[in-house]
Amino acid sequence: MEEFFTMIVLIADATLRVSTPLILAALAGLYAERSGVVDIALEGKLLGAAFAAATVAAVTHSAWLGLAAGITFAVALAMIHAYACVTHKGDQVVSGMAINILVAGLGPTLALAWFRQGGQTPRVEGAARFHPWSWPGAEAVADIPVIGPIYFEIISGHNMFVYIAVLCVPLTAWVIYKTRFGLRLRAVGESPEAVDTAGISVDWMRYQALIVTGILCGIGGTYLSIAQNAGFLRNMSAGQGFIALAALIFGKWRPWPTMFACFLFAFTDAVQTRLQGVDIPGIGIIPVQFIQALPFALTVILLAGFVGKAVAPRASGIPYIKER
Amino acid sequence: MIALAPPTQVPRWVTHVLVPVTNLLVAFVIAGIIIAAIGEDPFKAMKLLVLGAFGASDLIGFTLYYTTNFIFTGLAVAIAFHCGLFNIGGEGQAYVGGLGVGLVGLAFSGWPAPIVILIAIAASMAFGAAWAFIPGYLQAKRGSHVVITTIMFNFIAAAMITYLLVEVLIQPGQQAPQSREFDANAWLPFMHDVLRGIGINMGQSSLNLSFVIALIAAFLVWVFIWHTRWGYEIRTVGANQAAAVYAGISPSRNIILAMLISGGLAGMVGINEIIGVHHRLILDFPAGFGFVGIAVALMGRNHPLGIFFAALLFGMLYQGGSELSFDIPTITRDLVVVIQGLVILFSGAMEHVFRPHIIAAYIRIVGGRAVGAAAE
Repeated sequence: MEEFFTMIVLIADATLRVSTPLILAALAGLYAERSGVVDIALEGKLLGAAFAAATVAAVTHSAWLGLAAGITFAVALAMIHAYACVTHKGDQVVSGMAINILVAGLGPTLALAWFRQGGQTPRVEGAARFHPWSWPGAEAVADIPVIGPIYFEIISGHNMFVYIAVLCVPLTAWVIYKTRFGLRLRAVGESPEAVDTAGISVDWMRYQALIVTGILCGIGGTYLSIAQNAGFLRNMSAGQGFIALAALIFGKWRPWPTMFACFLFAFTDAVQTRLQGVDIPGIGIIPVQFIQALPFALTVILLAGFVGKAVAPRASGIPYIKER
Repeated sequence: MIALAPPTQVPRWVTHVLVPVTNLLVAFVIAGIIIAAIGEDPFKAMKLLVLGAFGASDLIGFTLYYTTNFIFTGLAVAIAFHCGLFNIGGEGQAYVGGLGVGLVGLAFSGWPAPIVILIAIAASMAFGAAWAFIPGYLQAKRGSHVVITTIMFNFIAAAMITYLLVEVLIQPGQQAPQSREFDANAWLPFMHDVLRGIGINMGQSSLNLSFVIALIAAFLVWVFIWHTRWGYEIRTVGANQAAAVYAGISPSRNIILAMLISGGLAGMVGINEIIGVHHRLILDFPAGFGFVGIAVALMGRNHPLGIFFAALLFGMLYQGGSELSFDIPTITRDLVVVIQGLVILFSGAMEHVFRPHIIAAYIRIVGGRAVGAAAE
């Protein structure tokens, strides 16, 4: 029993850590898609921000400047997307794909030229990295049964970004549902003609949404390279931007369900790491690859409408062209 | 999905040659700036790249070997585009197509060469098509967006084949997750061997008969798209689904058909890679070829001839790029990935950025009056 409880606590702890970039990227996608812009470049923005953050942190030895660089670069990528798709009505999927591929090549190219370490950045340590926060009294209560481990492992001892990601969920829910900006954002994704008729600029709304997308992806990417890991590695986002996209669809483009989808996907990952090679009675050994494919398979099943129905914002993916 | 531009009064070479070439040039200029930014000489790099791709007969062979893959994946993306679909799943379909080829190579040991190879080719198409069928069916019947489902299917394919190679098909007693080598009768002949047979000497390279298959496929796709009823129906659905319905054409049937053909073409990458070069099933052999297909189709404007030239360009970039890294160690294949991204960005996403300016400039310089007259 004791052992089982410890395992649950450790899995919960891992789930939080793994879900952080997913939540940030999924919420980033939420702003874009709610405004009517499909963004499959979450992956590219995560990776780009990870590269920029690690590079600047390695050079300046300041994690905060790294964060600023990560956000700046991700916003810049989002602005390329906006310029191509909002201003020039280009194809959103093509643009997203271009950004993903561009960043996948650009990061290692520049890292190799600048640091000569085979397309990685040097390890970042000390002030160049974000470290976990230890909450007051965490060490002291750690030995108290039940409450101690929960406080020590799950609540305390995480990176700042873990808390930011979780706090971004109610914040996003409030912005989307309770503010004027959120109302307009949702309207512009459902019925841009109506928003245009009301005298609000559709293009500017979408630009604003993509700026938020860039900021959130920038934070997520920074977490990857200088908080969760200690430096930039080739393809270190490893499909997390796409898992976030899957979570967004799974959460039907709503903040809270999207967060739970991220938790679910992160949980399966955490369980998989623990259960690797463990023979479960009655089931046998679950292949790692099965768990890895699970988020994607679940999303396809959901999209197929077999469990509930995922309906995207009506105008997402369609460039808005003013009637003449 | 790619919006058609309104009809213009400028000659076709302006819209079909000048505009894409300009977009391409912009991509290359930016790539050149990046090369300069990392402290290398872009012109020297360009020269080394071209020499590395075409400087000797074996280098040409490697260039055409890459070209083969890009013709297949470019055609795959193009045929889906013609039906208004964006198939991002070329990567996964190529992977599963290769799985089909590999299973045939393993299962049909000792069969006569032409028969195994024909079965393997059929398997590549059938497996690739099957992997594209599910997203196609879900798009046609349940309205699930094909972009998202094909992205998901890429990941599912990768996980599935990793599992099969690690747990099932792995050569017993080996650590590396790859199958045993096929018997030699399942190997597709290398081009240098074929050419030696007719007295032509060519340096050894990975180029094999798949290149010829790719050219035949390109020709057949051209016939299919523009000279058959099915191709006409697919293009009609792609241009305007509502109009297609009024004309008695079923969008869902054509969406599924286009995805089947698209997946089949992507799956044929497996012929080139598995029975053409590696002669065993290995991990991650599609190595991004499926994604290059998007750039190739966009650059080639979804026409088989354009796709051939775009595939050749990317074949040159891939081969020249890897030769380049021997001479300039800071420039690796990653730079080719950057160029690929820039090409997709400027030829695809930003295709409307320069187009009006080029057309306006053409009218101003050459044919202002003639166009004015034609417009009246």
